[in-house]
Amino acid sequence: MATQHSRSAARMMMAPATILLLGWMLVPLTMTLYFSFKKYLPLRGGDLGWVGFDNYVRFVSSSSFWPAVATTLVIVGGVLIITVILGVLLALLLDQPIWGQGVVRILVIAPFFVMPTVSGLVWKNMFMDPVNGFFAHLWRAVGAEPIQWLSQASLPSLIMIISWQWLPFATLILLTAIQSLDSEQREAAEMDGAGPIGRFSFIILPHLARAITVVVLIQTIFLLSIFAEIFVTTAGAFGTKTLTYLIFQRVLESQNVGLGSAGGVYAIILANIVAIFLMRVVGKNLDR
Amino acid sequence: MKQIQLKQVSKCFGNVEVIPPLDLQIEEGEFVVFVGPSGCGKSTLLRLIAGLEDVTTGQVLINGEDATAIPPAKRGLAMVFQSYALYPHMSVRKNIAFPLRMAGLDKAEQARRVEEAASVLNLTDYLDRRPGQLSGGQRQRVAIGRAIVREPTAFLFDEPLSNLDAALRVGMRLEISELHKRLATTMIYVTHDQVEAMTMADKIVVLQAGMIEQVGSPLDLYHKPCNTFVAGFIGSPKMNLLAGKEAAKHDAHTIGIRPEHVAISSTAGEWEGVVGVSEHLGSDTFIHVTCPVFSEPLTVRASGELDLTYGAKVYLTPDLAHLHKFDDLGIRLK
Ligand SMILES: Nc1ncnc2c1ncn2[C@@H]1O[C@H](COP(=O)(O)OP(=O)(O)OP(=O)(O)O)[C@@H](O)[C@H]1O
Ligand SMILES: [Mg+2]
Repeated sequence: MATQHSRSAARMMMAPATILLLGWMLVPLTMTLYFSFKKYLPLRGGDLGWVGFDNYVRFVSSSSFWPAVATTLVIVGGVLIITVILGVLLALLLDQPIWGQGVVRILVIAPFFVMPTVSGLVWKNMFMDPVNGFFAHLWRAVGAEPIQWLSQASLPSLIMIISWQWLPFATLILLTAIQSLDSEQREAAEMDGAGPIGRFSFIILPHLARAITVVVLIQTIFLLSIFAEIFVTTAGAFGTKTLTYLIFQRVLESQNVGLGSAGGVYAIILANIVAIFLMRVVGKNLDR
Repeated sequence: MKQIQLKQVSKCFGNVEVIPPLDLQIEEGEFVVFVGPSGCGKSTLLRLIAGLEDVTTGQVLINGEDATAIPPAKRGLAMVFQSYALYPHMSVRKNIAFPLRMAGLDKAEQARRVEEAASVLNLTDYLDRRPGQLSGGQRQRVAIGRAIVREPTAFLFDEPLSNLDAALRVGMRLEISELHKRLATTMIYVTHDQVEAMTMADKIVVLQAGMIEQVGSPLDLYHKPCNTFVAGFIGSPKMNLLAGKEAAKHDAHTIGIRPEHVAISSTAGEWEGVVGVSEHLGSDTFIHVTCPVFSEPLTVRASGELDLTYGAKVYLTPDLAHLHKFDDLGIRLK
């Protein structure tokens, strides 16, 4: 796009898409902001007028707010740590020439194709059920008392389910990154006297830094809004209420749209804080 | 002393025998060049010596000890790769220090040796840069620096200059030769460029399809190529290899004559021909001459006085003292 003419032509052609996307983003955002300043109870009188920052104050001062923020951060952090660590290990493993590589790779990425609702239900009923679940059988087989996964260890269970879903994504991205490592570099390190651990920490891990950053950033975006897995397993009980889930409860269970909208604005703020924090910590890997 | 010895070493990838069993001896302090056409197994042979590939059969001896089962890091060899294989996330200083760090040397000693290598290679000003911020020649020097700090028993180079432009290649060629003179360490150097081989080597190993065709000093190979492959490969431009009636006159299946050993005249000579394309290199002019007695055109070196326009009639006379004779299998005749 070198000339004035081609530039303006390009703008013209991009305009419809840009305007559509902008509208797509702006309309819900404006509506959220609009409702967050109103007392709006759909089944109890509807629009009851402007209330200023009332909703914001009420949302934060509710006893569920800070625990929800904490739960959100614990889930996001836990899943990130597990998927990145296991993802690196699995990618290293899949990079080795093994028998039946094609099949193994497909199996590893399979969980990513399972819908969140389905995977939540499968884990809840087939693995974590305290009576008929697979884990219960396993525990009983070794003579132990089965764990009531979703009530006694609710947060770890949820982190496990969500990690299972996101591990393939991390593995796939990290695997392609490992495969892009120049084999002469590995051999040079081998000649230079670096053992397997030295090669991993001095050559492979630095090479993966950028891919890990991408995994962390993309996953964070999606994990902050995790909903279906919680909805079908604990329904927000046993300390698994995230900010997203709290907003859902305020809007649909308490039928308080204004309060929920204020929560939505807080969620945007939280996401931005997390994003700024992440860009500070890992973002520098991207501009190398 | 024989420093590196290959005994009946062979290498197969799956069912394909890339290197049939071969023997090779490399003396201490020698500059040995492996040369051959692309895909002939030069890199593979070098990697077998380095230990980056396992031999299929045979033994690799280093300093008289069987090193076949010794891992690459413990063989005391340093390798410079074609792609340089620098660590992109480390500064030049850290790149050069990496083998020392892996060997567990203390910080002061590491710094001392890095400084030393950097001053030898004119890298002192670049020590804090990343490899990505260096030019090709500088990267090449960093890779060499990383090899020399280890003070290895031998250096292995795999086509280290093939990514550089022609001028820089000549410069680096000299630098490497100079480095060899100064360090007096054994160097094994892989290239497919016969000019590099001729100018740098003490000993050239000519390979074809994994087999050693001839081992010898550059001048040996130039004056006494042991078969038509070596004759055609060594020397630039190529030796003229001529078969047929004219060869039979000299009791040979094929005769070989280098462009510099053919006299050209516009009046009289042994073979009559017609001038084709001329290549002027400034110091020399190489002329392609088509002779009716041979199926292929000859390349001839000419001085500037003659009128050698395209299509002119000329006469060629070979210098019989420099005529090479080969039998029907391409083997040199005594
Ligand atoms: N890992 C491998 N698996 C199978 N075949 C291989 C492998 N590595 C090399 N080869 C084969 O071995 C032969 C020699 O390869 P090699 O890399 O040693 O050639 P080379 O002489 O270094 O060529 P070049 O000058 O192009 O670098 C080639 O025919 C190549 O296809
Ligand atoms: Mg090669």
